[in-house]
Amino acid sequence: MTEPAALRIDDLHKSFGNHEVIKGVSMEAMKGDVIAILGASGSGKSTFLRCINLLETPNSGDVYLAGEKIRMKKNRHGESVPEDIKQVERMRARLAMVFQGFNLWSHMTVMENVLEGPVYVQKTPKAEAREKARALLDKVGLSDRADYYPAHLSGGQQQRVAIARALAMDPDVMLFDEPTSALDPELVGEVLSVMRDLADEGRTMLVVTHEMSFARDVSSRTVFLHQGEICEQGPPAKLFSNPETEQFRAFLSRMN
Amino acid sequence: METVLSYIPLDIGLIAQNFDRFLYGVWITLNLTVLSLIIGGMMAVPLAVARAARHPVFNPLVWTYTYVFRGTPLLVQTYLIYYGLGQFDLVRESWLWDPILSSAWWCALIAFTLNTAAYTTELLCGAIVDTPKGEVEAAIATGHSYRARMRRIILPSAFRRAIPAYSNEVIFMLHGSVVASTITLQDILGVGRWLNGRYYLAYEGFITAALLYFLIVFTITRVFRWIERRYLRHLTGRESADVAEMTPEPVR
Repeated sequence: MTEPAALRIDDLHKSFGNHEVIKGVSMEAMKGDVIAILGASGSGKSTFLRCINLLETPNSGDVYLAGEKIRMKKNRHGESVPEDIKQVERMRARLAMVFQGFNLWSHMTVMENVLEGPVYVQKTPKAEAREKARALLDKVGLSDRADYYPAHLSGGQQQRVAIARALAMDPDVMLFDEPTSALDPELVGEVLSVMRDLADEGRTMLVVTHEMSFARDVSSRTVFLHQGEICEQGPPAKLFSNPETEQFRAFLSRMN
Repeated sequence: METVLSYIPLDIGLIAQNFDRFLYGVWITLNLTVLSLIIGGMMAVPLAVARAARHPVFNPLVWTYTYVFRGTPLLVQTYLIYYGLGQFDLVRESWLWDPILSSAWWCALIAFTLNTAAYTTELLCGAIVDTPKGEVEAAIATGHSYRARMRRIILPSAFRRAIPAYSNEVIFMLHGSVVASTITLQDILGVGRWLNGRYYLAYEGFITAALLYFLIVFTITRVFRWIERRYLRHLTGRESADVAEMTPEPVR
């Protein structure tokens, strides 16, 4: 028996009101895959990512994490809802997310932000978690900022803390939702280089991004979403040098 | 010293003579204010959480309660409890009557507590609702349950952001506590009124009362500045290391 995919999404649909944003997207990430998800704004790429950890509830479709399906049911209004919220919470802890707006907890120091998940969700002993948090902050180059509050850091530093916070959970899969889009151009590099290191370590990552160079150089597979559907996908070398669809060609020429 | 005092058109001797009464007045004022703030504050937390969650049953109930208590004067609320309830035989004959509802102190405490709980509920509810959406999402994405989110992220953040507004509520409650003097209690103002009634010297009693209230408010604002400096550091920008003084000067 082969090992199940780290993450599998089957035929995901999501509508807001009458507007269908995701029109049946399927995707599979094996352990160590780095999947870059590209698309124009409004293509549904962020919504897709947020459906995976149920920040948005998909209307239909299944999400499997290492073969375990997130169980959904219909409520009395016919809407899709989680069958067992405890299971969803357990799954979310294995699916760390890095947000466009960092979303660090502003009343906590950098160290407290990184400790929160391991200590209060995974119940790791504090001393052990603290030691690991130090190592992670060191890895993202912020060991000297452990006692700072997020508001006292630059955007790039905040995003690196957010990455350390995500790593602290030892996630099976990391979801990045446009991690560099809110950063000043000169701060993008420091965040991308941390993400490159993670890819090199063999982390499984889904990265919604506008950074073409990251998709081209780092991803093992690039997926182009257009109007809620996968329009084109494949290894980045092939995709970027030889785009097959008119939509992806137009998208690439707009980005360059 | 003697000569300086003789220029002040106040009977300092009389104030000094009755100063122990004033000190006892300070004690009554403070114990009513502090107790009602503590009990009212503890009531406000679950009420605010229920209201912020838009709970289908509790939210309208809590809304009605806060609307009524914030929409009527504290004096009227106190009269209704102290004079109003005694009108009913049922109340007078119940076990609540003898130790509690027949006592002015208890009635004042109940009225003040219900009043401050209503204000604090709304204040806290506002702070809970204003919690940055992204921070709540980050907690959800980390795997926090609703309870853990509330306890670890939303409430600690909301409490801190509510501090400046709450300091105003504390001062308001202290000032509001003068209502106690109208139902026979010898709080600070009560002693001032007693002095006026007994010696026909309005200034002596009321100036002393005003000074004592002022001193207490001064202490409260100092304490809140210290609390803000300690707990609101995270809200200040990178450039300003010092906390801007957020406690408003008392206005009411």
